[in-house]
Amino acid sequence: MALLEVKDLKVRVEEREILHGLTLTVNEGEVHAIMGPNGSGKSTLSHVIAGKPGYEVTDGQILFKGEDLLEMSPDERAAKGVFLAFQYPVEIPGVATMNFLRTALNAQRKARGESEYSTPDFLKKVREVSKSLNIPQDMLKRGVNVGFSGGEKKRNEVLQMALFEPSLCILDEMDSGLDIDALRIAADGVNALRSPKRAMVVITHYQRLLNYIVPDVVHVMSKGRVVKSGGKELALELEASGYAQFEDAA
Amino acid sequence: MNVAVAKTGKGRAVSDLFTSAEGRLPGSTAVTAVRREAFETYERLGLPHRRIEEWKYTDLRALVGEVLPLAAAPDAAALKRAADAVKTHAIAGARKLVLVDGVFAADLSDVKALASEAGFKTLRETLEKDAGLLKTTSTDAVIALNAAMATDGVVLDIADGAQLSAPIQIIHIATAAAASAFTRSQVTIGKGAHATIVESFVAAGSKAYQVNDAVIVSVGDDADVAHIRLMDDAPDAVNLTSHFVTVGANVKLKFFNMTTGAAVSRLQGFITLAGEGSELFANGVNLLQKTEHGDTTLVVDHAVPNCVSREIFRAVIDDRAHSVFQGRIIVRPDAQKTDGKMMTRALLLSDEAEADNKPELEIFADDVSCGHGATAGALDDSLLFYLKARGLPEKQAQALLIQAFVGEAIEQIADDSLREHVIGIAERWLERRS
Repeated sequence: MALLEVKDLKVRVEEREILHGLTLTVNEGEVHAIMGPNGSGKSTLSHVIAGKPGYEVTDGQILFKGEDLLEMSPDERAAKGVFLAFQYPVEIPGVATMNFLRTALNAQRKARGESEYSTPDFLKKVREVSKSLNIPQDMLKRGVNVGFSGGEKKRNEVLQMALFEPSLCILDEMDSGLDIDALRIAADGVNALRSPKRAMVVITHYQRLLNYIVPDVVHVMSKGRVVKSGGKELALELEASGYAQFEDAA
Repeated sequence: MNVAVAKTGKGRAVSDLFTSAEGRLPGSTAVTAVRREAFETYERLGLPHRRIEEWKYTDLRALVGEVLPLAAAPDAAALKRAADAVKTHAIAGARKLVLVDGVFAADLSDVKALASEAGFKTLRETLEKDAGLLKTTSTDAVIALNAAMATDGVVLDIADGAQLSAPIQIIHIATAAAASAFTRSQVTIGKGAHATIVESFVAAGSKAYQVNDAVIVSVGDDADVAHIRLMDDAPDAVNLTSHFVTVGANVKLKFFNMTTGAAVSRLQGFITLAGEGSELFANGVNLLQKTEHGDTTLVVDHAVPNCVSREIFRAVIDDRAHSVFQGRIIVRPDAQKTDGKMMTRALLLSDEAEADNKPELEIFADDVSCGHGATAGALDDSLLFYLKARGLPEKQAQALLIQAFVGEAIEQIADDSLREHVIGIAERWLERRS
């Protein structure tokens, strides 16, 4: 079943069109990789799906579980099951990670009409997940991402993904700024979350990440469009030949 | 400017007020003379206005206009309302001293429980013998008016070496609408004593009232003191409070003020570090909305060498509210090795919000480390989006960031239940935001 349907999406930022009619369908259980050179519009797509302000959708639509995503505020999208793992997770001094996690989880549950987590249940869940991600407990007492290394920030994103249990995860350049060990831990965390009911969209510049998170479908983006789609072998082909051929095609 | 100009029609209204209240103001003949003298000072000055440098940003003639008549002593119904308010605003475990419309309410207070730990009298009682507590050398009109009109207050004497087992909470409750309460208190903390003093200002169904409070604090050598003031008066009230604090040697004093109420308010604190080796932490939070005007003015006087002062001030300003912070650090010629720092930050939640910040360093010694910094800005959009993308609705995301913003000033409150009490007041302010 189609989880995410992006249809002929046109997006402008400050009078400049970035996406020129992008179409993409992601089914439940699938992992899609979106590759492309800098400036091809990969991050713009992820931001528009999550609802970041500053983007003007001039045409097309985004359906999530058949509902019009563009009509929803970012928090409504999150409660419906959309999760964006940020390329650069922000630091929020003064907001303890644990408090943030609980507030966010309960806000989502409240929006869905579910009961809030009790403190013991919440703590148990956080402990389980953070252990599997190699996140020490004292990190959870600090301000959100404050003083975290690049790897810790990305692991904190995966921790949230595991806690919130979204049905669509968008990973925006998860590999940026990570060394191989940090990348492996984060990727293992992501792989553990693969399930028949959950889809993932992995946005990356490099093929490297896809050695760890193996996609079902690979899309190549150039100049605001998907110019080619294929299996995981397409990523290897790109690694060998580069993006130049597609820039001409677009 | 000559005297005739200062004596406006509004000054005249106070004159009538004083005459009509004089018979109800406690004290001996000697006290009456002191009151009269203070009142004459006030009458000569009139309400402070913007041409007086210290009151430049808080023009009481424009903002307040007139001083309301003295509140009547609370009747049984008023005391009943006050008793309900005490239940809401009391800090669990604290020893309460309650003033209702400027009059001490013994039945609502924990005088007996306090007796084993601190000496206690009311201002009214001390004025039967002595006018000392009303005497002032200040040329500030608001302080002079307080001396002239003060009806009651608490006089606390914490003995040398006393280790208070619980905070003392002075609760000012307003029940009378469109009237003024004038209070003056004294807190004397002995050498080596350990005490937490909390002052709370709240309304019990009252509207458009005015408070003029003064507190004289002296802290003995080696004492460890937390002094917390929580001004949560009615949204249309006026609160003018003056603190005079003298600190001995090797003292650790943590002062914290939070303003969450009143249409017009000013806390003016005059703190003198008079003994060497002391540390002062003076933090403040202004949470203002609608058209509220909140002024925090602190003068920290390093009169001796080797003291440390730290001021952290945070203002959160919504709608068309106006926050003022004036911080002056004086370092006297002998006060070498002074370490004084002041950091203020304002968070503007609306385009029409206003923050004025006036740091002043008056340094007369040559071997000191003093500094100040100030910032003003809006909530960070990237942080807001991150929180919203995690499921927090706009208002809740803002609330979390606002709490984090003021957190640095609040976190110095070491006692958990006290800090929770303070955070609870801030949360109720956040819920009142439109």
